[in-house]
Amino acid sequence: MNTPANLKYAKSDEWFDPATGAVGITDYAQSQLSDIVFVEVLVQEGDSITAGKPIASVESVKASAEIYAPAGGKVAAVNKALIEKPETINTDPYAGAWMIKIEGASAGDLMDAAAYEKHCANRTH
Amino acid sequence: MTYIPHSPQERDAMLNTIGVERLDELFEAVPAAHRFPKLNLPPALTEMEALAELSEIAGSNENVRGDLISFLGAGMYHHYIPSVVDHMIRRGEFYTSYTPYQPEISQGTLQAIFEYQSLIAALTGMEVSNASHYDGATATAEAVNLAHAQFRGGRKRVVLSPAIHPHYREVVRTYTQGMDLETVGDDAPDPKSAPETPLDLVDETTMLLIVQYPDFFGRIYDYTKVIEAAHARGALVGVVANPTALALFKTPGEMGADIVVGDGQPLGIPMWYGGPSLGFFATKKSYVHKMAGRLVGETVDSRGQRAYVLTLTAREQHIKRERATSNICTNQGLLALASAVYMSALGKNGMKQVAELCYHKAHYASDQLNKVKGYQAASREPFFHEFVLTCPDPASQVNAHLLEHGILGGYDLGQDYPVLKNQLLVAVTEMNSKAEIDALVEVLSEVKHG
Repeated sequence: MNTPANLKYAKSDEWFDPATGAVGITDYAQSQLSDIVFVEVLVQEGDSITAGKPIASVESVKASAEIYAPAGGKVAAVNKALIEKPETINTDPYAGAWMIKIEGASAGDLMDAAAYEKHCANRTH
Repeated sequence: MTYIPHSPQERDAMLNTIGVERLDELFEAVPAAHRFPKLNLPPALTEMEALAELSEIAGSNENVRGDLISFLGAGMYHHYIPSVVDHMIRRGEFYTSYTPYQPEISQGTLQAIFEYQSLIAALTGMEVSNASHYDGATATAEAVNLAHAQFRGGRKRVVLSPAIHPHYREVVRTYTQGMDLETVGDDAPDPKSAPETPLDLVDETTMLLIVQYPDFFGRIYDYTKVIEAAHARGALVGVVANPTALALFKTPGEMGADIVVGDGQPLGIPMWYGGPSLGFFATKKSYVHKMAGRLVGETVDSRGQRAYVLTLTAREQHIKRERATSNICTNQGLLALASAVYMSALGKNGMKQVAELCYHKAHYASDQLNKVKGYQAASREPFFHEFVLTCPDPASQVNAHLLEHGILGGYDLGQDYPVLKNQLLVAVTEMNSKAEIDALVEVLSEVKHG
């Protein structure tokens, strides 16, 4: 399981990059979902969002998941390239598969990589 | 395994668990007098006697295969069904097969659905078709579901043309109650107004405009400009279409429609007693994730051989739960097969020939009826195989008179449109011979009015 140390993590398996404001889903999440065939971003550039609100919807061959904002702020960018190639979430969950960028967000009480790894290890699926 | 569900011992164990002594105690809430009421049934019949009695009852039915000449359409049409259709759908492999969730054992069923989808996509001029819905009315309501999901509640208005089948409009309303949307347009004072009239109601809050083609009154329009104008306001456009007409005329896909739905009954399904039927649903690829229903795709198996599977299932309700577009994740399998066999048996040219026969016979009928004193057939606008006949007497009276002569008249439009009383919707298909049409004209000519 790949868990970059520079990112912060939500319990619901989203990552947040405090440096760029980018948000996506973790390597652990993509491996649980398996082959992803569809991603729909539910917010637009300029929208104000609060932490915990749905920002995207992902469908894999077997499952569907809602993705929540790990932090609140203003949507600064939406990754349109990802919508064309949703499988990027499987191949490159951290760099290429960012979903949105949030402006003015703080990492707040998000977990660091070590805490998130522990969180994943504690879950039974 | 035993086929008797509960042994006395098992029953006792269950009663014991819930602390009840006898089974009867569970039914004490039902008054004793109603628990085992006397039904006053006649003495049991032998098989021979029962068959004779049922045959006699069935004999009082009048059908369109010999008893009656039919000019009744309004959404359900009398077409010829090649016998190969029945032979194919009665094959045990199709007739008894259950839902195709396991591709390993369902290749036949899956391929049949895939063929059906391909034929519907070609017929409607659209990119993708689902595996079918229950009927044209529910398919129309699913078009609203698609648009609702597409705009995620951001747009709340649905504009319905008043010239959509009245039952379909009712089903749309039933389906969408509680969805926080407004349905407008179909209470227009003139239900037969020009096709672009509903556009007046399409605004920036409109998710979907739905029109019918040919419309409920049989009229054919090219909706290209209407669709362009609705798109300019950001709305999607759904077209309810008659599949027989699509074999002959410009497809809704060519006109730019986003969703094409309709009833598949004209494609090899008998009229029965009004159902069952099937609803077809086709759309653009870009909306496929918001489309309800099953979808079969073609792929290759582990040996590289062509194979079929249910695809994009994660958008469906059994996985996506309350976030899914619709709670429908089944299809009308056997009847979709019937329509696929019908379309394949007739082929492109055969279907076009059926449509041409309907078109020409309906125009002959309309011309002849126009000559009958007191009657006026609406024939100024292009129409397909159905037209409005204005009668000198109430339509119900005209129909009652026709029935006395063994003729099922048209659909009484006054039932749904109070302003259209005295107006009959007359349908003519390839099944109506010239002699039948002439008989209709003759019976109407002989009536003395008022």
